[in-house]
Amino acid sequence: MEAKRRELVPLALLWGAGIATLVILIVILAYILANGLPVISWHFLTGEPALWGQTGGGIYSTIVATLAVTSISLLVAAPLSVGGAIYLNEYTKETSLRMVIRQAAEILAGIPSIIVGLFGFLFFVIYLAPFTGGWSMISGGLTLAFMVLPISLRTSEEALKTVPAELREGSLGLGATKWQSITTVVLPTALPGIITGLILGVGRAVGETAAILLTAGGSLNLIQSLRDPGRPMTLNIYNVLTEYRDTTTAYGTAAVLVIAILAITLITDLLMNSYTKKLKGL
Amino acid sequence: MISIKPNRAGRSLRRSATQDIKGRAIELLLLLCGISSVCAIFLIIIFIFAEGLPFLIQAGPNFLISSVWQPTDNFADGLWGIFPIIIGSLLVTVGAVAIGMPLGVACAIFLAEIAPAPVRRILVPSVNALAGVPSVVYGFFGLLVVVPWIRGQFGGFGTSVLASWLILFIMILPTIISISTDSIRAVPKEFKEGSLAIGATHWQTIRSVLVPAASSGIIASVILGMGRAIGETMAVLMVAGNSITIPNSIFAPTSTLTAQIALEMGYATGAHREALFAMGIVLFAFIMILTGLANLASRRRIAY
Amino acid sequence: MDTATETSVEISVKSLNLWFGKFQALKNINIDIQKNQVTALIGPSGCGKSTFIKTLDRMNDLVDNVKITGEVVYQGRNILDSDTDVVELRKQIGMVFQKPNPFPKSIFDNVAYGPRVHGVRKKQNLNEVVERSLKAAVLWEEVKDRLNESALRLSGGQQQRLCIARLLAVEPDVLLMDEPASALDPIATSKIEDLIYELKNDYTIIIVTHNMQQAGRVATNTAFFYLGELVEYAPTIDLFERPQDKRTEDYVTGKFG
Repeated sequence: MEAKRRELVPLALLWGAGIATLVILIVILAYILANGLPVISWHFLTGEPALWGQTGGGIYSTIVATLAVTSISLLVAAPLSVGGAIYLNEYTKETSLRMVIRQAAEILAGIPSIIVGLFGFLFFVIYLAPFTGGWSMISGGLTLAFMVLPISLRTSEEALKTVPAELREGSLGLGATKWQSITTVVLPTALPGIITGLILGVGRAVGETAAILLTAGGSLNLIQSLRDPGRPMTLNIYNVLTEYRDTTTAYGTAAVLVIAILAITLITDLLMNSYTKKLKGL
Repeated sequence: MISIKPNRAGRSLRRSATQDIKGRAIELLLLLCGISSVCAIFLIIIFIFAEGLPFLIQAGPNFLISSVWQPTDNFADGLWGIFPIIIGSLLVTVGAVAIGMPLGVACAIFLAEIAPAPVRRILVPSVNALAGVPSVVYGFFGLLVVVPWIRGQFGGFGTSVLASWLILFIMILPTIISISTDSIRAVPKEFKEGSLAIGATHWQTIRSVLVPAASSGIIASVILGMGRAIGETMAVLMVAGNSITIPNSIFAPTSTLTAQIALEMGYATGAHREALFAMGIVLFAFIMILTGLANLASRRRIAY
Repeated sequence: MDTATETSVEISVKSLNLWFGKFQALKNINIDIQKNQVTALIGPSGCGKSTFIKTLDRMNDLVDNVKITGEVVYQGRNILDSDTDVVELRKQIGMVFQKPNPFPKSIFDNVAYGPRVHGVRKKQNLNEVVERSLKAAVLWEEVKDRLNESALRLSGGQQQRLCIARLLAVEPDVLLMDEPASALDPIATSKIEDLIYELKNDYTIIIVTHNMQQAGRVATNTAFFYLGELVEYAPTIDLFERPQDKRTEDYVTGKFG
C-alpha cells in the first residue's frame, strides 16, 4: 500500500503531461476559432482583398493561391513518392541503395523550410525563370514538392510494408506479372495508407510559409496563370499582421487554415482505422 | 463434380523480349522515382553551397565570431558578423527543448503505458493535429497572446527570448512525443513482463526498465526536436523581436538564423544575398550535426 | 530410386541442388513426377520439401541469395533456365499455400483475378469461369449467393478452397500444394482431401504434408525427404509398409519427426 501511495505522484504527473498537451492544443485552436469563425462569411471567402493600405476584404485570391501551389506540389510529389515507395518496398532487397534512399528522404524531411526556400528561390525563381515566370505559383509549388516528397514517401512505404507477403505470392503464383501483382493486389490493399501519406503531404504544403515567402511572390491579385505570383493563405496571415496589423483578416484566414488542418487530421485518422479493419476482413 | 480440362495448347515457356523490356522499363522508371529524394538533397546542397560558399570563404572565421552585422550589396563596405545571430538560434533552441523535453517525454510515457484506450484515441490525433498546425499560426498565436502577456507581466516589448521558448516548445512537442512513444512501445514485452513478474509496480517498471531500454529512441526524439526548433522560421520571426544583439535577459528580443534570412531575403542583393546563403550553410551544418547525432542515438537502439 | 508407379512423366527433376547462402537446402534431388497422379512429399520440418516444390514454379526466385543447380524438365525444357517465362510457367504450374491467402477483395474478384490479369475482360466469360472454378473446388453451393462479399469473411477451410478455385480458374496443368490443410480443422481438412482426390483426374498434383495419414489417403506415390535429401520415392503403400531405407522406416513408424 505504501508503494502504491508513493506512485500516485509520478502517475499524476504523467496524466498531467497528457492532459497538458491536450489543453495546449485546445487553447490554441479555441483561441483561433473563437476569434476567426465570426470573421468567416461568404464574402470573406469569395470576396476581393481590401485596397492597398486598408484592412478587411476577402481572401478569395489567397485561397486560390494555396490551392494552386498545393496542387502543383502534389502533382509532382505524388507520383515520385508512390513510385519511389514501390521501388523501395517491391524492387529492392535490403541493399545499400535502399539505405541511401531512405537516409536521403529522412534528411530531406529534416531540412528547415527556409533552406528549401533559399534553394527554391535560386533554382526556380532565378535560374529557371523563363520556365517558371520567376516568383510564381509554379516556383512555389515545385519548392513545396521537395517538402511533400519525403513525407508521402515514408508513409507510402510503411503502407506497402503492411501488405502481407502471402498476397504477393498468391498473385505471382497465379501467373500475374510483378507489375500486375503490384497494381491489382498490393496497391489497392495499401491504398488507404498511401492516401494518408498524400494527405499528410497536402497538410504540409497548405501550412508551409517560409519556403513560400521566398518563392511564390506575394501578390494579392487573383492569379491568372500558374506563372503569376500569388499569396497563399499562410503568407497572407504573416503579411497582413506585419504590414497592417490587420488582425481581423489574420484571424479569419488562420481559422480557415486550422479547419483545413483539423479536417486533414480527422480524415487520415479515420482512413487509417478503416484500413486496419479492412486488412482484418471486417 | 465439374472438371476443368487443362488446356495448354501452344503456350510457350520461353520468355518474350517485349515482356522483358516492359518489366525493365517499369523498374527503371520506379528507380528514378526512388532516387528523386537523393537528387533533391544534392540539388539543394549544390545550389545553397554554390551561392554561399564563396562568400563564406571570403569572409572567413570572422563571419562566425564577429558581432557586427551591417550588410551591404558589396562585400568591402559591409560588416559581416553573425555571432549574435548564432547565439540567438542556440539560445532559443536550448530553452525550447528544456521546456519541451520533460513534457514531451512524460506525455509519450503516458501515451505508451498509462493512457486508457479511449484517452489514446483522442490524444494521438491531437498530437498529429499539433504537428499539422502551420507555423505561421503558432507565430500568430504567439504575437497576439504570448507577447502581450509577457509585456504585461514583465515589461519590455514582449517580443523576446521567452516568447520564442513558449511558442517553440509547443511546436517540437509532436516530434518528441511521437518518436518517444514509438521507441517505448518497441521495448520487447518480455522486459516489462519480467519486471512485473518479480513484483515491481507499474511505475517502477516504467522508470527502471522501459525508459532506460527506450532511452536511445527518446534521446533521438529530443535531438530531432532540437532540429525542428533551430530550423523553425515563421513563428520565431513573429515573436522573437529580430534584434541582432546578444540578449541580456530572457525578456530581451533576439534573432535567429532562420528569421534573419527570411527577413532580409526580401531586399538583399549582391554580397548581402550571398551572405544570407552563407547563413543558410551554417544552419544546414547545425541540422546535419543534429541529424547525425540522432542517427547515432537511434542506431544504438538495435543493440538489444 | 525412381520406382514409383509408371505412367507418363509430367516433371522430371535431375541432380537438383539448392543453397540459401551457404546452407544447402536440397542435395542432389532426382525424381520423376507422374502425370495425373497425386504425389505426396513427406518428411520432418526443415527437410526441404517446401523448398523443393517452390523450385518447381520458381517461387524461390523471391528469396534472396538463392543458388540452384541441376534441371527441372517440364514440357521439354529446363524451367530453371534464365530465359524461362516464369509468368507463363506459374500459369501452368499453380501453387496453393500453407496459409489461405485470399486477396482482400470479393469472392468473385478473387476467382476472376487470374483470368483478368491474363486478359479476359468479358463479364460473361468471367462469370462462367468463376462458376466453373468454384464448382470444381466444391465451394459453389456455399458461396453462390454472396459472391460480392469479402473473401476474408469466409472460414479458413472455405478460404483455402477459394484459393484452389482461384488457381483452377487459371487452368493450370500442375497443382502444387504446400501443406494446404495444416492451418485447418479436421472437417475442413477432410473436405480439402476429398477435393484433392477428385482433382487428380484432371491435374498433376504435388502435395507437401507432414501428416502421413493424409499422404496415405490421397497420394499415389510418396517421396520422403530428410535433411535436404530425397531418401525414398515409391508408391505410397510400399513406402509406408515396406520402406527400403532405415530413415524412412523410422519416420513412418513415428520414431522421429
